[in-house]
Amino acid sequence: MSYFDNFLIMCSEVSLLIVLLILLLFDITAGKRGKQYFQPVAILLFALHTLLNFVPTAAGEAFGGMYQYQPVMTIIKSILNVATLIIFLQSKHLFESIKMKSQQGEYYFLTLSTLLGMYLMISSGHLLLFFIGLETASIPLATLVAFNKHCKKSAEGGAKFILLSAFSSGILLFGISYLYGTTGSLYFSEIAPRMALNALQIMAFIFFLSGLFFKVSFVPFHLWTADVYEGAPSNVTSYLSVVSKGSAAFVLMTLLFKLFGSYVHEWQTLLFWIIIVTITLGNLFALRQQNIKRFLAFSSISQAGYVGLGIISGSTLGMTTVIYYILVYLFSNLAAFGVISAIENRTGKIEIADYNGLYQSNPKLSFVMMLAMFSLAGVAPFAGFMSKFFIFSSAAQQGFYLLVIVAVVNTIISLYYYLRVVKAMFINQNEQPIETINTDNWNKVSLVICTGAIILVGLLGFVLDIIEKQSFGL
Amino acid sequence: MGELLINNAGVSLLVFQLVSLVMFFAGIYGFFTRRNLMMMLISVELILNASDINFVIFNRYLFPEMMDGMFFALFTIAIAACETAVAIAIIINLYRNFGNADVDNLKNMKG
Repeated sequence: MSYFDNFLIMCSEVSLLIVLLILLLFDITAGKRGKQYFQPVAILLFALHTLLNFVPTAAGEAFGGMYQYQPVMTIIKSILNVATLIIFLQSKHLFESIKMKSQQGEYYFLTLSTLLGMYLMISSGHLLLFFIGLETASIPLATLVAFNKHCKKSAEGGAKFILLSAFSSGILLFGISYLYGTTGSLYFSEIAPRMALNALQIMAFIFFLSGLFFKVSFVPFHLWTADVYEGAPSNVTSYLSVVSKGSAAFVLMTLLFKLFGSYVHEWQTLLFWIIIVTITLGNLFALRQQNIKRFLAFSSISQAGYVGLGIISGSTLGMTTVIYYILVYLFSNLAAFGVISAIENRTGKIEIADYNGLYQSNPKLSFVMMLAMFSLAGVAPFAGFMSKFFIFSSAAQQGFYLLVIVAVVNTIISLYYYLRVVKAMFINQNEQPIETINTDNWNKVSLVICTGAIILVGLLGFVLDIIEKQSFGL
Repeated sequence: MGELLINNAGVSLLVFQLVSLVMFFAGIYGFFTRRNLMMMLISVELILNASDINFVIFNRYLFPEMMDGMFFALFTIAIAACETAVAIAIIINLYRNFGNADVDNLKNMKG
């Protein structure tokens, strides 16, 4: 295999890198008139990249096994691509104020570079590439959280995020160093057979997992989530809650399968308790939130717990349902954030009480928001119901009945707070509701895509079949 | 095994392990107790450097035929530098907004 062939195998990374560099050059060279078209250019280039990398190719590895490609990775990368594309469609509001206008190029550049990090993390076969990917995914994200330089909350969120993510990746790195010390290799394929249950390796395992749990925001490591989600601009919040969390959940699953396959009983016991605590605490804290972004932050914590149900089963069905759950969660959550970001960027209102009587002035936005809340809660005809159903069945298949019962009870609790938003929009009376908002056409397109997907993805059975064909178990 | 753990100068692997562990836990302690953001950042650097020491020492003592650990340590140093650069930029931004770099500023959002 020639040196050039290696790059052909990692074609999705290369094409993303090309998009990234074109946008960077465009930002530097374009004049004031050219920059008006920055968002369309970014969207078109990225849509092209998404289409080019949509079809899975044959499995392979590059650079001596450092980079590993399996067809299922194309599926998860395409899901992340679609999510990023929808977020780009929703981003126009962010740059309407004069203060923010000059930062437009940086926003798209930084977002895409975190995406590149997630790509590397997903298809890494070596701990070095995994660690580089993890850091590439989290360092630019901190600058995105602190993106609004003139807002105190944004600065506070950014500082919390960078310090805590550096701390957690430090602990993860310490875990990696013991993995290296006890096995003598950094390749996943060489580490996995050398894992024995000795004390040092168990310590490495715990350190390594706590770093990853931080990214997925499972409960003992969730405290940053609400503050960072509240401080960041809402488009960045949606990116954090969908793309960053989705990729981290997938990576956690593949690493548990590939690297810690022989520890299956240990991590199933560990995840069992963590999932119960995550779903329950996420729900209980979501009940008492008044700020809609904090509310969605805690809801996303409990949703991460549901994703854990698919991970714990360790089967092919588990991986299928995790990917399917991320796909559905993407559309539901981005529909909600499309509405929230439009309202926040226009009026600055982010309390749930501000949404009282939204139906009187913005019937269409309220309708989209209602669908999103129903889908997140798992109400029957929508996609959220199907994804919850499949993920429960994958856990039940492996005998985790207690876990499924706890999760179902929590779904009922979660119905209360999701419907609280719906009630505020449709039933609560308000003399002065938020004025009628005309969102731009890109945002309308994104909301239509999300609404269509929420209704259709649950009904179209072939989506699950496509994912199942490429999935693998322990 | 006992001979393997001693290098030419007669220093045991465990001595270096002790150094890196002390550095690691000093970093964690500092991260939890310091009130200044810069000091917290320095504590995080201590944690990262402790794992660098581990990589180099494991490589030198246990697996001297390959250079995996050394290179991992080099990459980690570079990544830690990036992390510090971004963290300092954010702390400077915080300083502009609040007038100082104390962690007590970071309590506007809670609940």
